[in-house]
Amino acid sequence: MLPSPGPVRSAAMGFRLQLELGAARLAGALSRAARRGGGTTIPGKLLWRIDPGAVDALAERLPGGVALVSATNGKTTTTTMAAEILGQSRSLAWNRAGANLLSGIASALVAGRGAELGLFEVDEGALPEALARTHPRVVTLANLFRDQLDRYGELEIVAERWRAAIAALPSDVALVVNADDPIVADLADERQQAVRYGLDDPRHARPSLQHAADSKYCVRCGNPYAFAAAYVGHLGDYRCAACGHQRPPLDVAAREIELRGLWSSRFLLATPQGTQEIELALPGLYNVYNAVAAASVSLALGASLPDIHAGLERFSAAFGRFERVPVQGKSVVLLLIKNPAGANEVVRTLETGVPPVLVIALNDAIADGRDVSWIWDVDFEPLLARVGHVVATGERAAELGLRLVYGGLPPERLEVLPSLERALDRGLGLVEAGTELVVLPTYTAMLALRAILVDRGLLRPYWEERPA
Amino acid sequence: MRIRVGHLYPNYLNIYADRGNIAVLTRRAILRGYELAVYAIGPGETLEPSAYDLLYIGGGQDREQALIAPDLAAKSDALHEAVARGVALLAVCGGYQLLGRAYRGRDGSVMPGAGVFPHETVAGDTRMIGDVLLTCELEPGEQHELAGFENHAGRTLLDPGATPLGRVVYGFGNDGSSGMEGCRVTNALGTYLHGPLLPRNPWLADWLLSRALAHATAGAPPALAPLSDELEALAFRVSAERARRRGGRR
Repeated sequence: MLPSPGPVRSAAMGFRLQLELGAARLAGALSRAARRGGGTTIPGKLLWRIDPGAVDALAERLPGGVALVSATNGKTTTTTMAAEILGQSRSLAWNRAGANLLSGIASALVAGRGAELGLFEVDEGALPEALARTHPRVVTLANLFRDQLDRYGELEIVAERWRAAIAALPSDVALVVNADDPIVADLADERQQAVRYGLDDPRHARPSLQHAADSKYCVRCGNPYAFAAAYVGHLGDYRCAACGHQRPPLDVAAREIELRGLWSSRFLLATPQGTQEIELALPGLYNVYNAVAAASVSLALGASLPDIHAGLERFSAAFGRFERVPVQGKSVVLLLIKNPAGANEVVRTLETGVPPVLVIALNDAIADGRDVSWIWDVDFEPLLARVGHVVATGERAAELGLRLVYGGLPPERLEVLPSLERALDRGLGLVEAGTELVVLPTYTAMLALRAILVDRGLLRPYWEERPA
Repeated sequence: MRIRVGHLYPNYLNIYADRGNIAVLTRRAILRGYELAVYAIGPGETLEPSAYDLLYIGGGQDREQALIAPDLAAKSDALHEAVARGVALLAVCGGYQLLGRAYRGRDGSVMPGAGVFPHETVAGDTRMIGDVLLTCELEPGEQHELAGFENHAGRTLLDPGATPLGRVVYGFGNDGSSGMEGCRVTNALGTYLHGPLLPRNPWLADWLLSRALAHATAGAPPALAPLSDELEALAFRVSAERARRRGGRR
């Protein structure tokens, strides 16, 4: 099953690569010294600019090959979980801080020279080029949702590019696909080397398809799917009554799922190797999806069930996706929101214990999406009737405030404070000692809030966090 | 008094937060003491031209738009009759394109539209994406600004003499070169602007409600009681500033 390592490059090529690597690593060290950030993307950006072919050459040197993970939602968490599992027995080159363009992969390859296995999350748009350059042995495709239309374009455009790129892969490449997503599952149709994963616990299905559900119409014939269970957006157990296209049988599944509010979850992981109970220190059904995806990638790479069990139970958080930071006898819980499907799941996680105070931060930089329409597709409504106070912040705080008021939040419970720092302090001032302040930031707002917490000595910068 | 809103294909055309526009119309009607009821009109369902005071059609992905296009073309007569009766209508993005005469694809294919608006849309090579600011004069002597976001590959070419919704101050507009954005026929408005459009442009929401009330009462458009709209004004200013700083350039 393991493809043999590729041919060794010529000595001249190797010498040139050594020079480039030296320059790239120096740039990364300078960036960190200058406190410009983690220096996570600087070496790769440089290397990528000097010689894009270096990515191919470095990837080829990894004796255990490369595994790629792409999706609209959950790729950072899934990849980090897989690193926790696989890192127990192998040295990894992986892009831990979510730098998921080709330059970020180049950086991880530079930093992880001598590693056995490459494990990379990949931006949806960058997947075709990443496939062509890294020649992965395992490719994981977890989901496709509408996301930042000004940046990625329509979902169908991304799906079409994925179809072409996946069709061009050799037949010995193993595909790991979310069987619950019709478009993604269809990509592995008739593929020999495939692991199909999903959820199997209709007690956690939504009563109806959400407003922002995307792939509601059959990928084969265009008629509406009937969902025996819809778990997250359009992910679920679907069947087209007209042509019979349906969710394929699951190779790996989560069953008997138990969600414990903002704290944790538990489920039975059913695999071809057997069934294992998993205690996950992460909340929300979407993280169960991420854990099952990580387990499936790891199985495809030959990990054992005990390794998967140990890795998943040791996992606590991926960068900025879900972090709990102690602040003055209180704690700040950061939950990233970036598109309707992801934000809906965060809202659902909060529904069982609506916090008295919420800070929601909306920025509109390129990485957040310049088009802020998407906040109207998020179902904030279940929170708005019960939350005590909301502080709307970020560059588009007013727009967010309108969304909440038109969604039913009484205006007297809303405060609009565009400054993130003032909003954070205001939120902390509103919650009682010993309790939590829940903050829902978009991507650049999350980075800015983390920077504020780092400046106050409450959080370490991400490039100093423990290695895998 | 009750305002009846017909929302065309809400399960297919909803990509640019169209329900935000509906939420704004609903709340602003209620705050003035009117009832507002929204009825979904799906594929295969009859559109009765006199049954609604306001029609709404949003934007969808290409796949969903192709699924409903034949059905919309079949509703052409009913839509023409509704617009002739003075029914208010707002069409956004894909809905705006589909209500024109035709959409010409890059492969030469022609998708017929409902023909309510006097325009044709031609597929372009690049998408026109960014913040937009317009000036509009829907009533003689009453100038207003509209701020929104556009994201479209189609170039919409108005027929000579057709009335645009507004003039582009910053951004691309219908085709990136004419300086015109959107289209108006009687009380029917079409536009590429989403964001969604109405929350930060409450004057336009009120214009549509007033026209809808005129249809409901068979009278003149009433003046609506002013609302505070402070947050709306702040959101508008930020959005307009975005358009000035980073809107598309012709």
